[in-house]
Amino acid sequence: MQSTITGKAYVLGDNIDTDQIIPAQYLTFNPAVPEEYQMFGKFALSSVPASQAGLPKGHVPFHTKDEFVSDYRIIVGGKNFGCGSSREHAPIALDAAGIEAVVAEFYARIFFRNAVNGGYLVPFESVNRLCDRICTGDDVKIDVENNLLHNLTTGEQWQLKPLGEVAPIIDAGGVFPYAKKVGMLKV
Amino acid sequence: MPAMTMTEKILGRHAGRDSVQPGDNIWVDADILMTHDVCGPGTIGVFHQHFGKNAKVWDREKVVIIPDHYIFTADAMANRNVDTLRKFVAEQNIKYFYDVGTPRYKGVCHIALPEEGHTRPGEVLFGTDSHTCTAGAFGEFATGIGNTDAGFVMGTGKLWVKVPPTMRFVFHGNLPPYLMAKDLILAVIGDIGCDGATYKAMEFDGDGVYALNIEERMTLCNMVIEAGGKNGVIAPDQVTLDYVNARNASGKKYDVVTTDQGATFCYERVYDVTKLEPVIAKPHSPDNRAYVSEVRGTKLDRAYIGSCTGGKMTDFRAAAGILKGRSVKIDTFVVPATSEIAAGLKSEKLNGQSLEDVFLSAGAKIGQPSCAACLGGPSDTFGRLNGPISCISTTNRNFPGRMGHKEAKVFLASPLTVAASALTGVIADPRDCLQ
Repeated sequence: MQSTITGKAYVLGDNIDTDQIIPAQYLTFNPAVPEEYQMFGKFALSSVPASQAGLPKGHVPFHTKDEFVSDYRIIVGGKNFGCGSSREHAPIALDAAGIEAVVAEFYARIFFRNAVNGGYLVPFESVNRLCDRICTGDDVKIDVENNLLHNLTTGEQWQLKPLGEVAPIIDAGGVFPYAKKVGMLKV
Repeated sequence: MPAMTMTEKILGRHAGRDSVQPGDNIWVDADILMTHDVCGPGTIGVFHQHFGKNAKVWDREKVVIIPDHYIFTADAMANRNVDTLRKFVAEQNIKYFYDVGTPRYKGVCHIALPEEGHTRPGEVLFGTDSHTCTAGAFGEFATGIGNTDAGFVMGTGKLWVKVPPTMRFVFHGNLPPYLMAKDLILAVIGDIGCDGATYKAMEFDGDGVYALNIEERMTLCNMVIEAGGKNGVIAPDQVTLDYVNARNASGKKYDVVTTDQGATFCYERVYDVTKLEPVIAKPHSPDNRAYVSEVRGTKLDRAYIGSCTGGKMTDFRAAAGILKGRSVKIDTFVVPATSEIAAGLKSEKLNGQSLEDVFLSAGAKIGQPSCAACLGGPSDTFGRLNGPISCISTTNRNFPGRMGHKEAKVFLASPLTVAASALTGVIADPRDCLQ
């Protein structure tokens, strides 16, 4: 895992479910096929209602210059991020769109597992509710080692919760490399 | 040994441990891995990527493949995904594959699994679908996972699991005729919120639960994921065992596991079901609870009766009881979850008329067994909300865009409430039209 993650923040609210992250009609693409993997980036967050897309103002497109990859690198969300279906296409869509980390108050269980075990992005939990305190477009820097989020635009600094027991899996790059490392998998 | 909940005991036994505690991270052995057409191709990709092109699944009789999501569609990619499953099944000699266009085709995986005898007390079931938790109704640990986890299980038969603390929900009393299990679970989700059980097990108990038939118990467990639950579970009784023993695939042996006296619950809540009213979840979240009496008269464009949550025989019996001899006022879509249920609609009679006839005579349209419009799907999916309309539905989720159009409004309710509303074109209380 890199020691810092830097980029523009895209801010969403509570209960961003997997249908909003990647609508079901696009699940016909197979993420195991590289040309199709990028399609998930194109349609990432396409079912978030416009008024809730890019808070606090809303109506901020997630994609600007490139139709597949977003200019944003970090998503800031509220409670229960990634609730709903078990589709791994959700963290895949964010990964394909160029998202490196999500910072939310807490996650739905399956999204969190998928993000960690698939090694797509780092799901940080914040101590404070940050989706009301960070604005879409703010430049932010996550200091992984010290569990801090710096808002470079405002100069504010926020505490993140330690990654804890999943840190070794994230460090290894997912559940397969982790299982090999701890001797659970010999292939 | 400290007293444990049944979820803790099942997980502990599958990790070869006498005792586990909530929060423990353990490697457990899977009894069944289920996948379908939406997550199967990605899972197969993960499996081949990490175990090699010529790798074999850990047990060809424990990987169950049930295409059900995007079946009756002209979408070429969707059909390609079913072909991907077929190729894998042939290459791996998978024993339990319920292929489209064959007499084995079933429909919705969560109902197909028990019907075909793949759910047994005390087992561990992983599935690449969040509603895999439905099978907790058979006294097992059942939970949804993603492609990477499923690819891992496919190759090893194992997965790491964090043992969840258990919340206990006790129901007392017999359900009045105007209520169903759907009302109970919507009431629970309304009480604890759609994150109220995040990372936790939800155990259901009490005479009110054991008065329910097996399909209604499945409805309870089906929607624990809508509260964020890791699994839902009901200890087996004779009703469970009779169902399981009549269908058990290969007659596999199983152990009945129950919660120890004195086990620790992190939360406990008791309901008197005789005092509840019909419940509805308003747009756009399953925890946006209201009583039907508070929103009656709200205008609707469509009614939908189907899915793993609300497309079982009990659901259709209830709806038919209201629709018999009457006509619907709005577009009404009926989708049996499985082919067995579709056959049941033809064979089961209500006062001499088949349930299928009851629905058709009322003006409803009947689709083929599959997940259909519950999760939107390709644009030609039966019943899909292709515009910003209002729909009352027996399904499980109503987040923006879930059934198709992202500005559509979806109200979740019991089959009784949906049928009553179909008759009037507005949200209606089943107490006003039970026959």
